[in-house]
Amino acid sequence: MPVTSSVVRDEGRGELSTRSSSSSGTKAGTAVRARGLVKRFGDFVAVDGIDVEVPLGESFGFLGPNGAGKSSTMRMIGCVSPPSAGELTVLGLDPRRDGSRIRARLGVVPQQDTLDQELTVRENLVLYARYFGLSRAHARAKADELLEFAHLTDRADDRVEPLSGGMKRRLTIARALVNDPDVLLLDEPTTGLDPQARHLLWERLFRLKRQGVTLILTTHYMDEAEQLCDRLVVMDGGRIVAEGSPRELIEQHSSREVLELRFTDDDHLGLEVAVRDLADRVETLPDRLLLYSADGDAALRAVLDRGVSPESSLVRRSSLEDVFLRLTGRSLVD
Amino acid sequence: MATVTPVMAGRALEYWLRSYRGTWRASVFSGFLSPLLYLASLGFGLGALIDRGPSGGVAGLPYAQYVAPGVLAVTAMQTAVGESTYTVMTAVRWQRFYFAMLATPLRVIDVVLGHLGFIVFRLLLVTVTFAGVGAVLGAFTSGWVLAAVPVAVLVGLAHATPVMAFSVGRETDVGFGLLFRLVIVPMSLFAGTFFPVDQLPPGLRPLAWAAPLWHGTEAARALATGRFGLWPVTGHLAYLLVWTLGGLAAAVVCYRRTLVR
Repeated sequence: MPVTSSVVRDEGRGELSTRSSSSSGTKAGTAVRARGLVKRFGDFVAVDGIDVEVPLGESFGFLGPNGAGKSSTMRMIGCVSPPSAGELTVLGLDPRRDGSRIRARLGVVPQQDTLDQELTVRENLVLYARYFGLSRAHARAKADELLEFAHLTDRADDRVEPLSGGMKRRLTIARALVNDPDVLLLDEPTTGLDPQARHLLWERLFRLKRQGVTLILTTHYMDEAEQLCDRLVVMDGGRIVAEGSPRELIEQHSSREVLELRFTDDDHLGLEVAVRDLADRVETLPDRLLLYSADGDAALRAVLDRGVSPESSLVRRSSLEDVFLRLTGRSLVD
Repeated sequence: MATVTPVMAGRALEYWLRSYRGTWRASVFSGFLSPLLYLASLGFGLGALIDRGPSGGVAGLPYAQYVAPGVLAVTAMQTAVGESTYTVMTAVRWQRFYFAMLATPLRVIDVVLGHLGFIVFRLLLVTVTFAGVGAVLGAFTSGWVLAAVPVAVLVGLAHATPVMAFSVGRETDVGFGLLFRLVIVPMSLFAGTFFPVDQLPPGLRPLAWAAPLWHGTEAARALATGRFGLWPVTGHLAYLLVWTLGGLAAAVVCYRRTLVR
């Protein structure tokens, strides 16, 4: 397949829905396959032998604290960072040899924006489309379509610099779509955004997912992972420590519900022993006790029966955040 | 088969040209101003004194005609160094355009050549303007000045590529100050721009001869005045070409080390 066919296809001023997976012909194939993938920077091992397989069409997440190796993995998949060891194929091709051909079919939303602040919103889109070899007319039509998609039509001819963080992020995502990518790589797409901006972005990403675009994202927001990911891996210290759907991960690594008990002073610090048998697991935090249990209400009644009297209590469903903290610990990573 | 490099580099060049549209007025204005100021001050101010002195000019030429090709070469060098220091740092650290390019089918070589193509464009603007203004002022009297223009562009390139290699991995712009103070300014002053190198103490002359700028100045002067021998000029151009290509190879290695790691 000549590389240019993936970028000049769909000459009509296509809806985003007129995606032509026909040219790639691998819809049933694999977006990313890694075996024993390693990335070293000098003596530092950023990614320490991970195995990952992402089928086309899936939404896949890398979760982990800062420094877990998520971005290094994403950069290897994006063919801008050669693997130090192990096997990696992206869209069935070898990034070491076919980086340019692979990148022609990827959309990349980097962690730090790489927009040109001096140019207008539209110019950023058109010039980026030209890197993929789109004709000027096609690039302009594509820019108009994506401005609409990203809710930026009103700001099309404004310079980028004064735009809000959410708008810049939307522009970056729109820019990543100029080549109708088969795979969209998003490195912490909503970090630093307010809730409105995040929800708008999630809605746009969900639309892409429905259109069959493979989404691969990193995040340390658990709600984001639960919203967007069919399947995810939790990374810590360069390794994968858990893998599954959000639901599976909760089932495997946490209880169905969590009972949170808050106390006025530090008088709960010795209480863990008194309630340990009432839950699957008990965790003592500086300001509260967490009881992981299949039935939070029953656990609460049992706690009260023992004469333990918290200032307040809360029963909630277990979340991916509980899994995350359980697997990667509560201490800060800087 | 991947798309060939000139096509890909052309896509990167298009970006640079488009973003230049925002600032071209200021730079074209200074392109006119710079030869005007230099030639008025050195050529016709200082030159009037020199031409009236016992030597009656330099190397048998009125000083204005002697100095103008040298200043043409220096201007090309300074333009090129400006475009390959702060501009490179902007593209790597401050606005990160290079990373945007490398997320697309463009490769490191395309990114380097695209930027270099823009530097050639800037050099052509500056040197053609300089030659035109100089001709109007009478500092260039031969049609051969047209041959000095591409030589000046080559002088720019011979400095641009090694400086790009130097700039791309810098974490801060501190090194640029040193580069200007320790390399560019001394070279501008002592490598045959304003006076012949044989005025230097014998021990320092080899330093001037090693400087690519000296070769550029010699070649530009010989061509602009129409008094040249084929072999000396060829030798100077070959030396500039070696710097350009050596610098290009170094730039590709340094760009790869910084941007694709």
